[in-house]
Amino acid sequence: MRNPTLYDLEHPGTGGGDDDHGQHHPFLQHHFEDLGQQHEASTLGMWFFVAQEILFFGGIFCAYFIYREMYPAAWKAGSHHQNQLIGLANTIVLIGSSLTMALAVWGAQGAKRKFTTIMLVLTLILGSVFIGVKAYEYSVHIHEGLFPGSMFTYVNHDNPALTRGVELFMTFYFGMTGLHALHMVIGAGLLLYFIRRAWRGDFGPEYYGPVEIMGLYWHFVDIVWIFLFPLLYLV
Amino acid sequence: MAHQPDHETYTGHAAPHHQAPLWAYFLVFFALMILTVVTVAVSRIDLGTLNTGVAMAIAVVKATVVILWFMHVIHSPRLTWIVVISSFLWLAVMFALFFSDYLTRGWNIY
Repeated sequence: MRNPTLYDLEHPGTGGGDDDHGQHHPFLQHHFEDLGQQHEASTLGMWFFVAQEILFFGGIFCAYFIYREMYPAAWKAGSHHQNQLIGLANTIVLIGSSLTMALAVWGAQGAKRKFTTIMLVLTLILGSVFIGVKAYEYSVHIHEGLFPGSMFTYVNHDNPALTRGVELFMTFYFGMTGLHALHMVIGAGLLLYFIRRAWRGDFGPEYYGPVEIMGLYWHFVDIVWIFLFPLLYLV
Repeated sequence: MAHQPDHETYTGHAAPHHQAPLWAYFLVFFALMILTVVTVAVSRIDLGTLNTGVAMAIAVVKATVVILWFMHVIHSPRLTWIVVISSFLWLAVMFALFFSDYLTRGWNIY
């Protein structure tokens, strides 16, 4: 038995203490004492996931910096094949999607069912625009023979010695943006699930943890892009 | 040093909801937009080797803003702070060990 906390006193009937089979919130899982504990446990768990994602992407960034130090001229030449304007526009789109995601969490906190759903749909739309623009950029690169491997037909005419280095840069480009885009696609799939739940009216001030966790994932993917944009487009 | 847990430090049963005002999110978005434009603008100025450092510094500021306000860490329990900070601490360890080798080799084979 634990002593009742401030949370219990302010929220009678939300499942504090031992009333496991009494009246409690439909989304309170029985191994948690109350929704506050459930919320903290789930966000903490998500942060552990984000922590390993930080190190996962961090390793690739590490490799990027080491090879960039080895081939600085090739990195500059390679990034000249990126369209900065498209990159900037896509950055704005993605940060915009982070805003709508944060607003969706805000709406869920206030039990604003329509607002939350609309914000999640907007996040999905902006995320899809980002992925679509990325696909267009990929098609341009592939058309220019910049896809590494047997499809790589590009030659740097100013300095043919840089050609292999540019291929290495493009390997990092496709690898890093590809992993990022994969995260976006997974995030878009998750959004569909949350749009359905938000529309159903699952979320409110007592229970919005799932939307919050979706937000943590989405914002993390946004942060990865915040670093990728200057490193790939603005060398 | 046993002491009673108080509501400041006792994680696990805090009220889940802290709703930030709506304008705060737009302010954060606006700040991120400005920093994005600054990133592009600075990349047009030739600072030599400093360019990458400045770009990364701005990116770190942007990431910090996103983590603190969009990801609500600023209103999170201390346990969350520990996980967030330690993840970047380990990232720093990885970077430090890799770079102390690769970026300090006294010869240029490339």
